[in-house]
Amino acid sequence: MTIALSQFDEVRLDRVSRDFGALNALRDISLTIRRREFIALLGPSGCGKSTTLNCIAGLLPVTGGAIWLDKSRVDTLRPEERGFGMVFQNYALFPHLNVRQNIGFGLKMRGTPKAEIDRKVDEALNLVRLKGQENKLPGQLSGGQQQRVAIARAIVIEPPLVLMDEPLSNLDAKLRLEMRAEIRRIHNELGATTIYVTHDQDEALSLADRIVVLRDGVVRQVGTPKELYEAPSHLDVADFMGFRNKLKGRVVGAEGGRAVLDVEGARISGVARETLSAGATAFAAIRPDDLMVGEAGPNAIAVTVDTIEYRGREFVGTAHSAGGLDFVFRSHQPVEPGSQVHLRADDGRVLVFAEPIQGRQ
Amino acid sequence: MIRDTTLGSKLWAAAIWFLVGFFVINLFAMIATVVTSSFATRWLGTWLPVGFTTRWYSSAWSEFQLWDVLMVTFQVIAAVVFISGALGVTAAYALARREFAGKRLLILLFLLPLMIPPITFGIPLATVLYQTGLAGTFWGVVAANLVPTVPFVILVMIPFIEQIDPKIEAAARVFGANTFKLFVHVLLPLLLPGILAALLLVLVRTIAMFELTFLVAGPTSQTLVVALYYAVFAAGVRAVQSIDAMAVIYMVTTLVWLIIALRFVNPTQIVTRAKQQPAH
Amino acid sequence: MDALAPATPVEHGPSLRQRLAARGFDAVTLLVVPAAIFSLLLFVYPFAFGFVLSFEPKAGGDWLANYKRFFSDPFLYDTIGNTLRLAIPVTLINLLLAVPIAFRVRLMRRQRLLTTILVLPITLGTVLVAEGLLNYLGPQGWFNRTLITFGLISQPLKLVHNYWGVFASLVITGFPFTFLLTLSYVTGIDPALEQAAATLGASAWQRFRHVYLPLLMPGFAITFCLSFVQAFSVFPSAVLLGEPAGVTRVISIAAATAAFEEYDYSMASAIAMIMGFVQLAIVVAVLASRGLFYRGPASGAKG
Repeated sequence: MTIALSQFDEVRLDRVSRDFGALNALRDISLTIRRREFIALLGPSGCGKSTTLNCIAGLLPVTGGAIWLDKSRVDTLRPEERGFGMVFQNYALFPHLNVRQNIGFGLKMRGTPKAEIDRKVDEALNLVRLKGQENKLPGQLSGGQQQRVAIARAIVIEPPLVLMDEPLSNLDAKLRLEMRAEIRRIHNELGATTIYVTHDQDEALSLADRIVVLRDGVVRQVGTPKELYEAPSHLDVADFMGFRNKLKGRVVGAEGGRAVLDVEGARISGVARETLSAGATAFAAIRPDDLMVGEAGPNAIAVTVDTIEYRGREFVGTAHSAGGLDFVFRSHQPVEPGSQVHLRADDGRVLVFAEPIQGRQ
Repeated sequence: MIRDTTLGSKLWAAAIWFLVGFFVINLFAMIATVVTSSFATRWLGTWLPVGFTTRWYSSAWSEFQLWDVLMVTFQVIAAVVFISGALGVTAAYALARREFAGKRLLILLFLLPLMIPPITFGIPLATVLYQTGLAGTFWGVVAANLVPTVPFVILVMIPFIEQIDPKIEAAARVFGANTFKLFVHVLLPLLLPGILAALLLVLVRTIAMFELTFLVAGPTSQTLVVALYYAVFAAGVRAVQSIDAMAVIYMVTTLVWLIIALRFVNPTQIVTRAKQQPAH
Repeated sequence: MDALAPATPVEHGPSLRQRLAARGFDAVTLLVVPAAIFSLLLFVYPFAFGFVLSFEPKAGGDWLANYKRFFSDPFLYDTIGNTLRLAIPVTLINLLLAVPIAFRVRLMRRQRLLTTILVLPITLGTVLVAEGLLNYLGPQGWFNRTLITFGLISQPLKLVHNYWGVFASLVITGFPFTFLLTLSYVTGIDPALEQAAATLGASAWQRFRHVYLPLLMPGFAITFCLSFVQAFSVFPSAVLLGEPAGVTRVISIAAATAAFEEYDYSMASAIAMIMGFVQLAIVVAVLASRGLFYRGPASGAKG
């Protein structure tokens, strides 16, 4: 592989902030990205993940903090001076240029000799498997092919850093899976350091080496996919990671990293993820997968079944408790809607969080 | 959007804003000249007039028979707006909802009067109207003004109608509306904002339409803008202030409607036909 | 709408009505008929009539007599040159000013105030602008006074009743028109394309040269044509602000004189046809060169 990526050790965001008038879109984002790493910025829409990406690319000036590429400061440079490759959400292919010209655009801007442009573009075409399409205009390509051109165009300039802004969100479900694998493969082959913005936790979990969860312009948690999936640090991160059951209760005991809650009279114990004091309101978060129909007893709560759906190997149901809590659960056998059952979870699979502070923190 | 902050780009931006400022200042100064002059007692060789008066308005009113001219103007405009609305909206509906042989040709036919300047087709049109005896009459002026306004309404309304889902009409049919009820209860309310916008634009354009009216109007069928032209043309016969008073009356008539129109339409629509039609 | 009405049972194949409906002709299509008849009567017929009439000279003689007279009389054929000498520089200046300004205004959040101000001279019309400029640019007008006060000139410039008066009025009414058209083309281009070019290392000038310009060329060509055609048909300001017997005797004046002073409708029609032909020739030439450029959506492919 001769598409070589520039040598550097780390990209560092140092308390980066961005205001739009009175609104703080980003507040004190600090983050270090190591060479060859694949980082996903994950969060709901409006959390500031695209703003972060645009600040790194130079498309939006930062209003505070700095961005460093090893020892050189880049946030004061214009986007064309930074040399980062970027893949846009709607691809932003130049409609008047064919595939070859689109991919070669960045090299041409740098004044690279024609023969070298041709050689590098050929290599990039091979890498994204678009040989034979090079004379088509973007309008004649399918969505997946356009996506490949956009990726090839970004990496052919051998950028120290590749930025991807929700690149799969315009594709249909099947193509999205295909292109996800493709992005993985290209990353494995090239080892390009990548920052990838997405609102889809599946994408982030499957692609990233590390995930950064953003909310309201603040970093909530940074970790490997496994850390985030198994040990989210806050209730909102847990919510994002698929802990759909959030049981509000009162702390009756907390010690040694474990906590016991009183939820509508039932005792629910689990792993304490935050500091909890007795008597305070807290939430027990449980994935639907871990909440099963079972016997009355410890870590079980009585509910009335609302609906039950057949999902092949098992059933997924919804239910509510006497106190008005809603539940999503799993069951091996059908349960009659309207019937009274107990839902149970292993205490190792229950995470307990403090009540979030209301409003923006 | 990318904003540069280098010195060169700041100078460039400053130069551009200077040009815009220069244009806007001259434009307003020109308008202010007319307004000031219309209130001037005597204004020769000084920055400002010797004194101010409103008497030029009453003299212009009687000298130029402005009451009659204004009446003719409003009648012409009302007729043009009404007829171009009726002809234009129905044709636009057919063109938006049906595909048929010759449709592209028809659209080209409606596009041409907007592409060719009025003076070019106005002269042959005036010739025909003089031969039929319509020229010089009220309806001759109306007919000439309709030539560009009917196509204008059609081309503004086609995209507007196209964006209304035809399933809504189908649904009304299913629920038992006949053609008349469909039109009154479903189509009209949906189309009203578009019709209003199109007709306001027609109105503003017709007040200022000089060439066509000039070519076909007779002494009793002049609109305000043509009367103003003759007054300026014969300058020297009347006092300048009197002509300027008339110009101010013309400006006020135009601007009132412009302000009303701008509540419903984007300023760029006065120049362009709704969204740019794809070139056929 | 009739397509939705319950179909009557048919025994012997499709009726004429159904066959027509299948090709798109039904009651709804008929709604286009009044406007089409109107257009034929008041646009196509007069044009054809004028065309034929231009070959039937009032004074008799052979069928080309009007055209022969036009092209042998310098007082007549010079009007083409006079008009082009006004229309081409004005259109080019308007377009050259409109492009950089539109690129700057596109970044503005409150464009509406500026577009509203610029729409003023268009709605006020050429007659009012001519009357206003007559005072404003006159020897005692505020424009000359300001220049003298700042010491830029010692004698008032002669700006009315000559070429420059008409030129100024064409810029005042023509620039807003050109600008607003240009702005609508410029803002129609997906800003992500410029961002993409920037991340790929293109400087501001390169982004304009390699991304915006090729995408905008077709729009600029149309803008040029529409602006040119407007300037070419200049009439009231050439009479009121210019020198209608001399340098600003434009082709519209020649046509109007033939019609309303000589009552020679045949000659007037011939001049109108020549005028239409010159406009058409320039428009076709400009639009033909458009074929050299990319034509299609400017929004970054399918997106």
